[in-house]
Amino acid sequence: MFSYRNINVKYKAVVIGGSAGSFQPVTKILSSIPKDFPLPIFLCLHRLKHVRNGFVEALSIKSTKEVQEPFDKESIKRGSVYLAPANYHMSIELGNSISLSTEGMVNNSRPSIDITLDSAAYAYRDKLVGILLSGANKDGALGMKKIKDRGGLTIVQSPEESTINTMPTSALEATEIDMTLTTEEIVKYLIELDKLLKIKHENI
Amino acid sequence: MYDIEIADLRKLIELVKEKYDYDFKNYAMSSFKRRIKRIVELYKFDSVDALVERLTHNPTFFDEFVSEVTVNVTEMFRDPNFWTILRDEIIPNILSNHNKLSIWHAGCSSGEEVFSMQILLEEMGVRDKSHTIATDIDSAIINRAKEATVSKKNIELNSSNYERYQGKYTLDKYFTEDKEKYNFNKQLLSNVSFRKHDLVKGQVFSKFDLILCRNVMIYFNQTLQNDVLYLLHESLFKYGFLCIGSKESLIWCDIANKFIVINNEEKIYKKVKE
Ligand SMILES: C[S@@+](CC[C@H](N)C(=O)[O-])C[C@H]1O[C@@H](n2cnc3c(N)ncnc32)[C@H](O)[C@@H]1O
Repeated sequence: MFSYRNINVKYKAVVIGGSAGSFQPVTKILSSIPKDFPLPIFLCLHRLKHVRNGFVEALSIKSTKEVQEPFDKESIKRGSVYLAPANYHMSIELGNSISLSTEGMVNNSRPSIDITLDSAAYAYRDKLVGILLSGANKDGALGMKKIKDRGGLTIVQSPEESTINTMPTSALEATEIDMTLTTEEIVKYLIELDKLLKIKHENI
Repeated sequence: MYDIEIADLRKLIELVKEKYDYDFKNYAMSSFKRRIKRIVELYKFDSVDALVERLTHNPTFFDEFVSEVTVNVTEMFRDPNFWTILRDEIIPNILSNHNKLSIWHAGCSSGEEVFSMQILLEEMGVRDKSHTIATDIDSAIINRAKEATVSKKNIELNSSNYERYQGKYTLDKYFTEDKEKYNFNKQLLSNVSFRKHDLVKGQVFSKFDLILCRNVMIYFNQTLQNDVLYLLHESLFKYGFLCIGSKESLIWCDIANKFIVINNEEKIYKKVKE
C-alpha cells in the first residue's frame, strides 16, 4: 500500500527490473516522471540477446528523459536513465560508475536483474529504491531481498495488475516488500519523491 | 547466503599477489566479488578465509582458481556486424599497405574468436599471409583453445552469428561432430600459436597490425584499463588497428588521443601516433 512515510530525502538512486509485460509499466513510469527528476535510474529489463538496437530508442520516445545504454565504467550522472545493454550484465560499482560483464546467464538471463539489484544494493545501501515489475520468471526476487536487507526501499508492481505476476510474486515470497503498488501509484511515489528532493535541494 | 566484504577480498588479493605474483587488485570489484562468491560456493568453502587458506597451502589449486576467477564466456562471430567490417574494410586496408598481416587476440578464452578470424581469413583467401598469436591468463582455457572444440550447446548461437555475418558457407563446413562437442578443423590453425600471457604484467612481446581485446578490459577498473591501453598501443604498428568490445570505451584513457575512431558502433580504433 502507498505510504507517504516511504518518501525520504536520503534516496540516491532508483533501480527498476522487469521482464515479460513490463514494457507498458516502464514506459508509463518514464513518460510520467518529471524531466528533471534528480536521481539516476537504472533499468534492467529482459530483452532479446541479439537485438542490439531499437530498444533504447523505443523507451526514449516515450520518456521525458533520454534513456541511454552505458559504456563499461561510465560514470553515473545525476538524473540520467541507464538501460542494461543486450547480452551484458550491468552492475553498479563503488565509486559511482557502471560496469558491464559477459558472465554466464543468471536465472537464464543476461542482463540479469538480480545482478543489477544486488550490486546497486551494495553500492547504495539504504539509499536505494528498488522497483520490480511484471515478469515470467523469478529473476529479481533475490536482488529485492538484498535491497531490503541493506535497508533500501522495495516496491513491486501489484500481482493483480501485472500481465505476468511470477516476478513480483517471487519477490513477495523472498522478502518483506515495503509497498505493493499499481503502476499509477509507482508514478505517484516517484513524483512525490521528486518534490521532496527538490525542496531539500532548494534549502541547501 | 552471506555477503562477501571488501576486506575479505583484499586479504585474498594480497596473498595471490605475494605468493603467485598475479595481481587482481585492479579488477572491477563487482564482477570479481561475484566470481569469488561463486568459487566459495562451488568448492563449498565456509568463507573467503577458507579459500585463502587453501591457496596458501595448496599451490596446485592456483591454476584452478585462476580458471574460475576469470570469465570465459565467448561466442564465435560475436557481434556479426563487427566481423563484417573486419572483412570488408579493416583487413583489406591492412593488406593494401603491406602484403602480410599479424594479429593478436588478447584474452582469447576458449578460442572461438580465433576460430572465427581464421575462417574469415580462409574465406577471403588470405590466411596464408597471416600470422596470429592468441593469449590468455588462464592456462586451462588456453589448453581448451588448442584442442579446438566447441560445445554442442553453443553451436546454434555460433551458426546464427555466422549467418548474420554472411559467411560464404555454413559453419558445419569447418567442424566435425563428436560426442558432446564439435571439433574445429585444426588445419585452419596452422598459422596460429597460443600462449599464456598476463595483460596485468604488461609485457610487450611483439608488434601487430591488428589487436582484438574484446570483453576483457570490462573486468578491469579504469586504472588497469588505462595501463593496459599503453601495452596495446606499444604492441601495435603505427596505423595498426585495435578492436575492443562493443560496450567498451577508450575515451577516458590517458593515451586515447593516440588513436582515432574508425568505427564507433563496433569500437574499432586506429593507432595514429607513437
Ligand atoms: C569474456 S572472455 C572474452 C573472450 C573473447 N575475447 C570474446 O570477446 O568473446 C575474457 C577473457 O579474458 C581473460 N583474461 C582475464 N584477465 C586477463 C589478464 N590479466 N590477462 C590476459 N587475459 C585475461 C580471461 O581468462 C577470459 O578468457
